[in-house]
Amino acid sequence: MSAIAEDIVRIATVEKTRGYWGTVLRRLTRDPVSVVCAAILLAIALAAIFAPWLGLADPLQGSGIRRLRWIGTPGYPLGTDDLGRDMLARLVYGGRLSLVLGLLPVALAFAIGTTLGVIAGYVGGMVNQAIMRVMDVFYAFPSVLLAVAISGTLGAGIVNSLVSLTVVFVPPITRVAESVTTGVRNLDFVDAARASGAGPMTIMRVHVLGNVLGPIFVYATGLISVCMILAAGLSFLGLGTKPPSPEWGFMLNQLRTAIYVNPWVAALPGVMIFIVSICFNLLSDGVRSAMDVRG
Amino acid sequence: MSEADLTAPVADVGGPQQPLLAVRGLSKHFAVRGGLLGGGGVVRAVDDVSLSVGKGEVLGIVGESGCGKSTTARLIIGLIAPDAGEIMFDGEPVGDRLSLRELRRRVQMVFQDSYSSLNPRLTIEDTIAFGPTVHGVAPGEARARAHDLLRKVGLDPALFAGRYPHELSGGQRQRVNIARALALSPRLVLLDEAVSALDKSVEAQVLNLLIDLKTEFGLTYVFISHDLNVVRFISDRVVVMYLGEVVEEAPVEALWADTRHPYTRALLAAMPSLDPSRRTEQAPIAGDPPSPINPPSGCRFHTRCPFAEPLCSARRPALLPTGNDGHAAACHMVDPASGHSRAGKDIKEQAHV
Repeated sequence: MSAIAEDIVRIATVEKTRGYWGTVLRRLTRDPVSVVCAAILLAIALAAIFAPWLGLADPLQGSGIRRLRWIGTPGYPLGTDDLGRDMLARLVYGGRLSLVLGLLPVALAFAIGTTLGVIAGYVGGMVNQAIMRVMDVFYAFPSVLLAVAISGTLGAGIVNSLVSLTVVFVPPITRVAESVTTGVRNLDFVDAARASGAGPMTIMRVHVLGNVLGPIFVYATGLISVCMILAAGLSFLGLGTKPPSPEWGFMLNQLRTAIYVNPWVAALPGVMIFIVSICFNLLSDGVRSAMDVRG
Repeated sequence: MSEADLTAPVADVGGPQQPLLAVRGLSKHFAVRGGLLGGGGVVRAVDDVSLSVGKGEVLGIVGESGCGKSTTARLIIGLIAPDAGEIMFDGEPVGDRLSLRELRRRVQMVFQDSYSSLNPRLTIEDTIAFGPTVHGVAPGEARARAHDLLRKVGLDPALFAGRYPHELSGGQRQRVNIARALALSPRLVLLDEAVSALDKSVEAQVLNLLIDLKTEFGLTYVFISHDLNVVRFISDRVVVMYLGEVVEEAPVEALWADTRHPYTRALLAAMPSLDPSRRTEQAPIAGDPPSPINPPSGCRFHTRCPFAEPLCSARRPALLPTGNDGHAAACHMVDPASGHSRAGKDIKEQAHV
C-alpha cells in the first residue's frame, strides 16, 4: 500500500466509527422539522407527566357561573368548558390519558407484531400461512369498527380500550414485519449464518432483528397518531374513559354541544389531538429518511 | 469432542487417498408454479451430479450462468436439501454419520456478493466471531480469533475490526468474507464466484491470498466461476456443467489440451484472447442455453451442438472416462459403442470437417 493510501486510511479512521443508530440520531438532529416536532411532543409529554406541579387549576373543579368562558379570559387563559372547569388544566391533565392511550397500544402491538412477523417471515411455509391468514381475518374489518366492536364487547374502560387498540394494530405491524423479514432472509449473510451452523433463533436474534427493527419501528411511529385518534374516537363514543377524568377525545365529545356557543374552546381538544398526531407523523417521516443511510 | 475445542482443526479420517468430498447422484428440482391455467414445470437445477474433490485439491466448476454451479455448492453445504443423492465428507455420509451442524464446521462458503453476504448492522469482528460463538467459543476468545484472521487476510485489526461493511471496499469486504469462512477452521471452502465481482487488480490480490491461505491452513477448495482464465489459474481439476449436468471432467491442463465435449470446446473458444492474431470472429455457439424447465431430451446440449444426430436427442450420454488421467466426458462421440457417426474419433479432427 502506498504512503498516500495509508494516510487516507488513517484519516478515515480518525473520524470515529460510530454505530448505525449513532449515525441515524446525528442525521435526525440535523432535520429542523423533526427537531421541532420532537420538542413539541416532549413539551406536551413533560407537561402531562408533571401536571400536578405546574400550579394549574383543579381540572375537576367546576363552577356554575363561569361556564364556557372565552379564550383569554383573565384567570382562564384557554377559557372554561361547559361545566366551568379550567380548559388549560384539563388539556394538560388530559394529555396523560390520551398519550398513554396513543402510545401504549402501539408499543404492545409493536412487540407482538414484530415477534409474529419475524417468525412468519423467517420460518415461512405453513407457519407463515397460519400466522398471516389469521392476521388477514382481523384485516377484513375496518380498524375503527374492530376497535369499537372489541371495546363494546369488553365494556367501557381504559384497560379495555388499551386491549382493543392493541388488537387492532397487531395485524398491520405483523404484515410489515413479515414482508421486511422475507426480504432480509434471502440475503447471503443469512445463508452464511446458517452455513456457520447457527440455529433459527440465533439467526433471527443476531442477524434478522437488527435489520428489520428500523423499518418496523418507523411504521409503528406512524401508527401512533392513528391510535390517538381511534382512542379519542372510543372515548367520544363512550367506550373509553369515563367522566369526569379528562381525556381529549372525551372532552371533544362533551364540548360538541357548545360548538355554536363557544366554538374556539370547543375545538381545543381536537387541536391537541391534531398537533400531537401531526408531530408523530412528521417525526416518523424524519426517522424514516434519517435511517436511509447507504454505504 | 467437547464444545470448547470446536474450532480446532478437524482431524483427517480416511488418509490422503480418500476424497475429501464425494458427491453421488445429487439432484435438485425446483417446482415452478404456473399461471392461472396451470402450465407450471420443474426446473432441473441440478440433475444427477457426481463429483469428488481430493484432499488439498482445487476443483474448478465452470459453466454458463444458470447451469447449476451455485445450486451444487448450496447443496453440498446443506443450505438447500437435495431431492436425491448422497454427500460423503472424508468417507462419512452426511446426515447419517455426520450431522449437518458438524458438516458446516468442516465446509464453509464464500459468496459472490461481498456486500449482501455481510450483515450491515454488525461490525467486522462481530461478523467473523459469530460462527465460533455459535459453536460455543467464549466471546473474548472468538474476538481474538477474529483479529487473528483479519491479520491473516491482510486487514489490520486495529483499523478494521470495529468497522461496518459499508465502510469497506469490495476487495476488503471479500477478505472479510474469507476470514469469516475460515473462522470455523474448515477443511473445505466453497468459493462461489468469490472473485467475480472484483475488478481485475483486486481479483489477482484475492486469488493470491486464497492460494497463500490454502497452503497455510491445508485447505481444499471448490472454486466456482464463469471466468475460465481464473479457473485455469487456480484449479487442479475442472468440472464443466451444462444445464444442471456434468458434461466433462478433467485435470486442468488436459481439459485445455485435449477437450472432449463439444460444449467445453465452445466455452474455451469463447474465451477472449489477448492475441490479435487469434481473434474470435464467430460466436462458437449460438443463442442462449435452453430453459432448464423441461430441458431438452437425451443429451441436453443437442439443441446447440454442431455434431448433433438423432441419437443425441434420444439417449442421454453417460459420463465416461476417456483415458486413465481422470478425464471423462458425457458425449456420444466419446463412446465408441454409442452408434454416433463420429464416435471414437478425436474431436480435434472433427473440428476441421
